Amino acid sequence: MSDHRMWLAFGRAVAVAAVVVAFVALQTGCALRQTQKASPQRLVLATTTSTQDSGLLDVLVPAFETAHPEYAVEVIAVGTGEALRLGEQKDADVLLVHAPEDEAAFVAAGHGIERRDVCYNRFVLVGPASDPAGAAHAADAADALKRIAARQALFASRGDDSGTHKKELALWNAAGVKPGGAWYLVTGQGMGETLKIASEKQAYTLSDEATFLTMRGSLDLAQLFDADQSLRNQYGVVPVTGAKNERGAREFADWICGPDAQRLIARFGVDEFGRSLFVPNAQGGGS
Amino acid sequence: MSLFAEAFADGVAALASGSVDVWGVVATSLRVSGAAVAFAVVVGVPAGLYLGMRRSAARNVLLVLANAGMGLPPVVVGLVTAMLLSRRGPLGSLDLLYTRPAMVIAQVIIAVPVVAAVTAAAAASVPFELRLQARSLGASRLHEAMLVLREARMGLIAAVAAGFGAVISEVGAVMMVGGNLEGSTRVMTTAIVQYTRMGRYGPALALSAVLLALIVAVNVVLAQVQRSAERFERS
Repeated sequence: MSDHRMWLAFGRAVAVAAVVVAFVALQTGCALRQTQKASPQRLVLATTTSTQDSGLLDVLVPAFETAHPEYAVEVIAVGTGEALRLGEQKDADVLLVHAPEDEAAFVAAGHGIERRDVCYNRFVLVGPASDPAGAAHAADAADALKRIAARQALFASRGDDSGTHKKELALWNAAGVKPGGAWYLVTGQGMGETLKIASEKQAYTLSDEATFLTMRGSLDLAQLFDADQSLRNQYGVVPVTGAKNERGAREFADWICGPDAQRLIARFGVDEFGRSLFVPNAQGGGS
Repeated sequence: MSLFAEAFADGVAALASGSVDVWGVVATSLRVSGAAVAFAVVVGVPAGLYLGMRRSAARNVLLVLANAGMGLPPVVVGLVTAMLLSRRGPLGSLDLLYTRPAMVIAQVIIAVPVVAAVTAAAAASVPFELRLQARSLGASRLHEAMLVLREARMGLIAAVAAGFGAVISEVGAVMMVGGNLEGSTRVMTTAIVQYTRMGRYGPALALSAVLLALIVAVNVVLAQVQRSAERFERS
C-alpha cells in the first residue's frame, strides 16, 4: 500500500468519523431543545420600595421563576400610589403593596381580580438616640407622636401618599395633632431617602421595620418605639383585571400565598438580623 | 392623548386651587439656580477667558477638562457632594446637607465647566490680529482680556444661558443634596419626580409646563440682551 493510498483511506476514515460526530451532536442538540421551554413570558410586578429595599424580592422572585420557569418577572418598585396607578393603566400585571383599604377600593372599582393577605411587618418609630421628646416612654404610638409634637422635635414625613405615609397620617389623627411648621419635614421621597434625611437632621420618623434594619448600619438613628398593635403593616397581593399577563398574575398570587413562598418569607432576615422581618399570614393559597 | 388632556386639566386645577405650592417651588428653583449661575459666572468667565486666550500645554489639558466637565454626570456631583457634607463626612460639622446652600454648591460644580467651556470657545474665536493690534498700541494684559470679553459678548450670553439651562433642569444632584423638603429645598424638577412617583401625573405635567415656560422666558430675556449687544455693535 503506497503512502498516497494510505492517506486516502485515513482521510476517508476521518471524514466518516466527522459526519458521525456531527450527526450525534445535532441529535442531542435537537433533543435538548425539545426539553427546553419557549422563551419565558414577561410578568410585571409593581411593588413598593420597602419590599425592594429590604431585599425580600431578591429571595422571592428567583424562587418564583424556579417554580414557574415559563415567566420572567420584571419588578417595578414605586410608591403604593403609583403602583395602583400602574395597575389601573394595565402597565403592571400584579401588585404587591401595603395599603389594604386602597387595595380593596382598587378591586371594588374593577381594576383588580381580588386582594389577598400575604404577610405583615411592623412600623417602627425611629429617631435620635438621645430621644429629646421621650418617645420611648410613650404609652402607645399616638402618645409618642403627641410628645414629639409637644416638644416640636424634628419629624421627617415621607409625604408621598405611600402606605407608610398614610399610616403616619392615621397616627397623627389618633394623636389629635395636625402636624405642620418648621419642625415637620416633608421629604416627598421613599423610605430609604427619608431615613437618610432623618439621620442627617436628627429627626424622628416612622419607618417600616425591614427598611430600617437593612439600613441601620449607615444611619445615626435608634429604634425607639414599636410596642403597639396599631403599628402592624399588612401586605397584600392583587392580580390586575385584564392585565397583559393575567394568567401569570394569578399564578404569582397563588404561589406567594402558598406554603413554599410563605416558608421563604418566614425565614427571611433570620440569618442577618436574628429574627424574621416579615410574618407570613396568607389564608392558604393555590399549590 | 386623553391621558395627557385629563392629566393636564387635573394639574392646572391642582395649581390653581393652591393645593400645590407652585410659586414657592418656582421661587426656590430660581433662587438656588440664580445664585449658582452667578457664582459660576464669577469663576467660569475668567477661567474661560484664560482657556480661550492662552496657548500652552497646561491650557490644552485644562480645556479638555472643561469640555469633558460639560458632560459631568450631575448624579455623580450629587453623590460626592452629599458624601462630603453628610454627618459622617469630612464637612459634616457644617450641617449643610439637605439645605439650599448644599444645592447651590452642587449646581456651581455642574455649571462652572459649562460656563468656562462656552466662554473659552467664544474667546478663542476673537481674531488674533485684533489682539496683536491692541498690544502694539500698548494695551496691558488686562486691557486685552477686556477687549476679548467685549468682542466675545455674544458667546458670553450663550455661556450664561447654557449654564442656567444645565442647572435649572437638573434633578439628580439637587434631589441628593437638597432632599426635596417641602417649603425649603423642593424645586420644580424634584417636585416633578415626586408627583410622578406618587402617580399624580397632573401636577407633574403642570409643573413641567411652568418649568419649560420659565426656561423659554429666561432665554427670551437673554436673546434681548444679545440683540441690544448687536445694535451696540452697529452703532
